[in-house]
Amino acid sequence: MSQIAISVKGLKKAFRDKEVLKGVDFEVRRGEIFALLGSNGAGKTTTVNILSTLMKPDSGEISICGFDVKLQPDHVRQNISLTGQFSALDGMLTGRENLMMIAKLRGVSSPAQVADQLLERFGLRDAANRRADKYSGGMKRRLDIAMSLLGNPAVIFLDEPSTGLDPEARTEIWNTIKELAGRGTTILLTTQYLEEAEHLADRVAILHGGRIITTGTLAELKQMFPPAKVEYVEKQPTLEEIFLAIISKKGEI
Amino acid sequence: MKNKTGVLLGRLLRNILRSPDTIITVAITPIMMMLLFVYVFGGAIKTGTNNYVNYLLPGILLITIASGVAYTSLRLFNDVKSGLMARFFTMPIKRSSILWAHVFTSLVSNALTIVIVMLVAFLIGFRPSADLLDWLAVVGILGLFTIALTWLAVIPGLTAGSMEGATAYSYPLIFLPFISSAFVPTETMPKLVRVFAENQPVTSIVNAIRALLYEGTVGNSIWMALAWCVGIMIMAYIIASKVFKHQLG
Repeated sequence: MSQIAISVKGLKKAFRDKEVLKGVDFEVRRGEIFALLGSNGAGKTTTVNILSTLMKPDSGEISICGFDVKLQPDHVRQNISLTGQFSALDGMLTGRENLMMIAKLRGVSSPAQVADQLLERFGLRDAANRRADKYSGGMKRRLDIAMSLLGNPAVIFLDEPSTGLDPEARTEIWNTIKELAGRGTTILLTTQYLEEAEHLADRVAILHGGRIITTGTLAELKQMFPPAKVEYVEKQPTLEEIFLAIISKKGEI
Repeated sequence: MKNKTGVLLGRLLRNILRSPDTIITVAITPIMMMLLFVYVFGGAIKTGTNNYVNYLLPGILLITIASGVAYTSLRLFNDVKSGLMARFFTMPIKRSSILWAHVFTSLVSNALTIVIVMLVAFLIGFRPSADLLDWLAVVGILGLFTIALTWLAVIPGLTAGSMEGATAYSYPLIFLPFISSAFVPTETMPKLVRVFAENQPVTSIVNAIRALLYEGTVGNSIWMALAWCVGIMIMAYIIASKVFKHQLG
């Protein structure tokens, strides 16, 4: 088995006259968390949509787990799962029903059992029989990711997984993503938050102006870019740290 | 693959069961229209029959279906917006299964609405003389008409930018029966309107259903009615499939 889970060479895509991707190249190894970092409109979502067979590339060679995205889309689909920017669930169904539906569509052998395991693992057991549109943003996102895990896909695409979540929910999602990678799943995530990439990714690629301008581990990037200097600064707590501290104190009372 | 269409169908039917208001909302307008025409305008309309409910019902049923299919557009629009469609697209499911599940759902929900409207019609004097075979033919025509309009409804459901846009097309469909033989005989209309009324799909479908329900014959209109239904269905199916493919970028 090849050690490369995702291989992208010379990927180009234009919408009408606007060239969004002008030759994107990168590789993701098996079991790695790979972050595609870029500002809004850099083409992160377009890249993910092409890799997950949702869109067709204009040119370029893309393979997922050794299967060509253009020639063998069905093989690719057997091996991937997409978690888009919005929680893609049926709000009229309960959490369990959402999971059961995807499990059956994926041909999982004992859907009820697998659904219950996921509900437990994602802390949704108590909400299992409530309608998904009554869930909080964080719960919806967790259910969304749980739905993406059914059928044990080798590669998971997470498009801006923490957008629209409060700090608490975001920490939860981060832990979930780390746990997944710990089990050997390859994860490609897009984000516009440097902090998120820093927190999660084994390797980072920066997408800018339609091309990947740099790729590497965080340590490598730190070495390349602004040379390290030593400064003494008084450490003020960030608003986020204050918020989380207050919340956790409330929890104790 | 049939199995997967079944799973998708099960999901949509569950949605309908949990929001029965969609069925009731669709049934209310045609029922009100029927009551209005029978008890307010009906006395002044000369149709050559003494049972205006009988005369009116086929047209009312078509209006019911025309407004019912708008919910297919709405459900599709919601699936696209919520990202559920993208999720299905990136799973190993045949694309056609996704759309057929919506079409079957439309068939079921419209059948429920039609039954409600017919029950009300019975209460106010609808008295058909059709036998079982005639009824089966009526069910067949209504089913075909529903499938044809549903495929038409799929197109805005997939392409619309807003909820209003997804359902706006249904208004002309609902008004088409007014310029047909559904409420009044076409003979009284001015020449130009009459030509339009006699050559649009609703008139032949209404006449065919009337012949089956009250005369026990298939009548002359049935072939025209079938041709319209099948024609609309094929055309809408081809366009909807193209739109669906194009959406994949």
